[in-house]
Amino acid sequence: MKVMVPVKRVVDYNVKVRVKSDNTGVELANVKMSMNPFDEIAVEEAIRLKEAGKVEEIVVVSIGPKAATETIRTGLAMGADRGILVEHDDEIHPLAVAKILKGIVGEENPDIVLLGKQAIDDDCNQTGQMLAQLLGWAQGTFASKVEAEDGSLNVTREVDGGLETVKLNLPAIVTTDLRLNEPRYASLPNIMKAKRKPIDEKTAADYGVDATPRLKTLKVEEPAAREAGIKVESVDELVGKLKEKGLI
Amino acid sequence: MRNPFETEERKAFRETVRRFVETEITPYADDWDEAGEVPWELHAKLGALGAFGFGVDEKYGGLGFDDCFMRAAFSEEFYKCGATGIPAATGGRSISIGPIEKFAPDEIKDRVLEDIVTGRKGSSLGITEPGGGSDVANMKTVARKDGDDWVINGSKTFITGGMKSEYFVVGARTGGEGLTGISLFFVEADMPGFSRTLIDRKMGWWASDTATLYFDDVRVPARNMLGQENFGFIAIMNNFNYERLGMVAGSVGMMKACLEDSIAWAQERHTFGKPLIKHQVIRHKIADMSAKIDATEAYLNQICWLANEGEMPVAEVSKAKFFATKALEFCASEAMQILGGAGYLRGNRVERIYREVKVMAIGGGSEEIMRDLAVRQMGL
Ligand SMILES: Cc1cc2nc3c(=O)[nH]c(=O)nc-3n(C[C@H](O)[C@H](O)[C@H](O)COP(=O)(O)OP(=O)(O)OC[C@H]3O[C@@H](n4cnc5c(N)ncnc54)[C@H](O)[C@@H]3O)c2cc1C
Repeated sequence: MKVMVPVKRVVDYNVKVRVKSDNTGVELANVKMSMNPFDEIAVEEAIRLKEAGKVEEIVVVSIGPKAATETIRTGLAMGADRGILVEHDDEIHPLAVAKILKGIVGEENPDIVLLGKQAIDDDCNQTGQMLAQLLGWAQGTFASKVEAEDGSLNVTREVDGGLETVKLNLPAIVTTDLRLNEPRYASLPNIMKAKRKPIDEKTAADYGVDATPRLKTLKVEEPAAREAGIKVESVDELVGKLKEKGLI
Repeated sequence: MRNPFETEERKAFRETVRRFVETEITPYADDWDEAGEVPWELHAKLGALGAFGFGVDEKYGGLGFDDCFMRAAFSEEFYKCGATGIPAATGGRSISIGPIEKFAPDEIKDRVLEDIVTGRKGSSLGITEPGGGSDVANMKTVARKDGDDWVINGSKTFITGGMKSEYFVVGARTGGEGLTGISLFFVEADMPGFSRTLIDRKMGWWASDTATLYFDDVRVPARNMLGQENFGFIAIMNNFNYERLGMVAGSVGMMKACLEDSIAWAQERHTFGKPLIKHQVIRHKIADMSAKIDATEAYLNQICWLANEGEMPVAEVSKAKFFATKALEFCASEAMQILGGAGYLRGNRVERIYREVKVMAIGGGSEEIMRDLAVRQMGL
């Protein structure tokens, strides 16, 4: 089988994000970027399927600026086999991403597309589902367990109030949840090997996709600062204060 | 500062190590340090990253290449965990891997090197003796030839990893007095006549076991001699270079930790109606610390470049080592001042780093000896 894993370059999860002074977006200059954590989980899962002998090839795909090559290399250093960069410098939204991915699926014919359930920058949680719709494939979203069988996948999903297991006929889309696995660290020998793995370079136009955003960001603002609380000495005082505020 | 020698792979390796340290080490650093040991799995996890494989052939689990910048990045990022006994306890093996890789016969390498490099087993270097560490040429441990064997008598002290290592590279006198009478030997912990005791209650490096080793008629076969008979001194001196560079890089990591914690505290803490960071005296401390870090880092990068070119600059390595530990002493002290009483409490990086300055300034060649060596290299 062949697995395709789309990976997004996002602001590193450790960075305290700041809004730009003109409120047009968040500050990206000199900010550490890395692979979206959910995508890292997807790469890890693909590698585990490969190590279990279920998968022969893993292709990582990133749509973004030239610098996203680094994100692809991270995937290659973890253990993916080759990469595709669809170079795109401007803002891009889930539907356009899904359309480009559909184009790549058409060329690559993977059996599984494994995506993160969402990217931690815009938190859209749409791309996997949209791609499933565009391709007419089965989808198992928010996966916390993936088991490959002949011609199908059993995907355990984290749903409200419990776990649901669905059986998907291949080809299929899977999106990863946080508890699916713990991604490995790329070892130095694998970092060096990744350097020699091929990365194809494409553009949205190669897949006939118009990636112009259909949504316009009007304004980005910091969340309202929380006011400092007060300390009370006793339960009576607490009840008094709550009454004062008309809360009880 | 942007590093002119940066490559995609160096950056990727540094990022991996940084993340590994932040996730797998820093959260436990204080507990391990107080407990006086690290879990053995950590050796294997670091081995799996490739951290001990520099300059070692792939067939022994090594990387099949060397890169001084990556060595330095590993040390720097690791030492940022702020309990530097942890890099000592695990990375301490590196200073014995070089001599084994270079000089051990295949029979020994085939049997032990992969276990050491992948972190399954520990190894240590034993040079320092109870009688002294600076004057290496004057070591007292002796190896006497007996038939096809060598019989070693004497003791070594301050040996990092010494309680847990199974393999040792040990210097001993095989010839006359002075530097032309010393050879290196490969010794195993289960050899009859070998024993060891823990050196407890150190100022710092609590997470690292430090031992005194005793050799009481330890008999080793002739093939356990590493390198040529009576050429051990030069091998020891060459081996010091990467150890010292590792300590320079470690010092950079420790200084960066001091600066980071100082800035965070100075922004948070208010005195006399404004944040500490707004007081000029504190701002100047930050400026001085930052300048010393930049200078040490730039010096280290230049030396790494030369080392990669095959021109290990011995004088500069010596100068960089005392320059780095003096800068570290300054940064640790200023960071303590900025943190004030809070810095004096156990459980924070700055307090530990302050206590661990001296092992950096003494171990691997003291500041005094480094200066002496540097000036000697000038032909004076
Ligand atoms: C925690 C720790 C771990 C260590 N790990 C190891 C290890 O794994 N393997 C190993 O072999 N060693 C190890 N060492 C030993 C270390 O290398 C020695 O402590 C160091 O080389 C100094 O030797 P010494 O302590 O015997 O001091 P000495 O050589 O006795 O020197 C004492 C002082 O005098 C100064 N001095 C000496 N000669 C001169 C001179 N000619 N001119 C001016 N000043 C001079 C020295 O700088 C020092 O300040 C470790 C030490 C420590 C503290």
